Amino acid sequence: MPAERRIKIASDVDIVAARQSGREVAAILSFSSSDLTVIAAAISELARNIYAYAGTGEIVVSLEERNGRRGVRVVARDDGPGVADIALALEDGYSTSGSLGLGLPGVRRLMDEFEIQSEPGKGTVVTLWKWAR
Amino acid sequence: MTSREKRTSGERTTDVLSELVAHLRHNRTILREEWVRRITESRLLTTMTKEEIFAEATSVFDNYVEVLETGSVEALQAYARNLSERIIPRGVDTPEVLGIVLLLRDVLARSLFEKYQGDFALLNRVLDAYEPAANRIATTVAVGFVQERERVIRQQQEAIRELSTPVLQVRERLLILPIIGVVDSERARQLTEQLLRGVRSNRAKVVVMDITGVPSVDATVANHLVQTVEASRLLGATVIVTGLSPEIAQTLVTIGVDLTKMNTVGDLQGGIEEAELLLGYKVMRLTESAASEASN
Amino acid sequence: MLVPILKQGDYLIASIQSSLADADLIRLRDQLVEQVGRYRSRGVIVDVTVLDVMDSFAVRTLSTLAQMIMLRGAETVIVGVQPDVAFAMVQLGLTLDNVKTALDLEEGLLYLNSRAKRGRSGAG
Repeated sequence: MPAERRIKIASDVDIVAARQSGREVAAILSFSSSDLTVIAAAISELARNIYAYAGTGEIVVSLEERNGRRGVRVVARDDGPGVADIALALEDGYSTSGSLGLGLPGVRRLMDEFEIQSEPGKGTVVTLWKWAR
Repeated sequence: MTSREKRTSGERTTDVLSELVAHLRHNRTILREEWVRRITESRLLTTMTKEEIFAEATSVFDNYVEVLETGSVEALQAYARNLSERIIPRGVDTPEVLGIVLLLRDVLARSLFEKYQGDFALLNRVLDAYEPAANRIATTVAVGFVQERERVIRQQQEAIRELSTPVLQVRERLLILPIIGVVDSERARQLTEQLLRGVRSNRAKVVVMDITGVPSVDATVANHLVQTVEASRLLGATVIVTGLSPEIAQTLVTIGVDLTKMNTVGDLQGGIEEAELLLGYKVMRLTESAASEASN
Repeated sequence: MLVPILKQGDYLIASIQSSLADADLIRLRDQLVEQVGRYRSRGVIVDVTVLDVMDSFAVRTLSTLAQMIMLRGAETVIVGVQPDVAFAMVQLGLTLDNVKTALDLEEGLLYLNSRAKRGRSGAG
């Protein structure tokens, strides 16, 4: 499946663009309107993390097929400070900077699959999947 | 030296394959008819007419030869999915699909055998090229069919779940959501979505969610119910939860679910009364109301 | 994207018209907090019907908006949250706890009016 969108994140306007692109790509599949909203919300949070913690980065949204199920994959990538304690970042209520929560537990709840790779000083890659019903 | 030999044998396989493809194309009509005859004889695809079987058989045959030629199963995968979509509603099941693909494999194998039986070495090479490709095709079609069936089953489960939790309007702006049976994450998600749509379309202000019929609640389900309550509030509706059994009450307290946002009333009747109060209704017996009017 | 703010009697009504970037939302908040004093408004309604996503920033900004408006002596009602949006919000843990919500503009106005009536009868 060819559909793929790559959005550079460098300002608050890009956050809006990222979630709209994500919704458009996901709309190609038979997602319910509530699933489309959920995907857009997850992308919005990830784009926000990039903007808040790394300053710049990118969001890549693409379609994927696995074991006969079709879905969207969202990759959020940055070269920012990284996450030192991933387990801690995935705990509910955790935030490194009072006003801007990392929101990763919530993002994880929204999606079907969640992967994070990060090392201090080496940036962060978060990958999410949501499968169409 | 060795690598060169390998290349030569590789080229030979390609040659053999293209010869094989040419043979199958040339005998397309006879082979197709033979296959359809075997399908009917084996009493497969009995829910389809002869014309339908012949039309599908033609497509499968052409796809089959194409895979042998190109080695790419992508087009066949798409066709298998499409075919499954059409025949699953007609009650065709997995053994049948597997059966017809294996029949085609056999029909073609026999035809190859007949053609090359004079040259045993060549026959062996032809079969060496044919068998792995044929098996791959059979697997592709069978897997495509099973996956499509699973998708249909998932859709049906979704539909059943939707029917199992009705959102009922009992008065203007008052909804009842009776939940009966086991609630898992998937069902919790669905009933929340249904309730939220119901709140919006009925302009509901109060919802009574009755869980008398829910046998058990664990931390996950309890959190889902809390989320349902929170999401309804975001739409401006108050949720009253009724029918918490002693066991469930105990579980909730033990696992420490935050119930401060839950507005609970003992039973469904009490919940409806509370809801009517919130909405400004006053319900009384006709005789009582006459009496109270007379006394005024 | 500018959000029009309508003054209607004792209330201010802000109807969001399209997706907002962070800066637009902050500007809306600051304008409302300023105008609520200038017009001596008693209530503020923010209509979010067109928003197809409300993420942590949007929710946090609306929440601080409501708190600031309260400190200026008025009440805020958020109206028009869509079912799908609400569903995604609660999963993200964004519940807008301390802010009054209503189904739509009409309901929001009814709520503010009922508060005003109660307030007057209570004083009298």
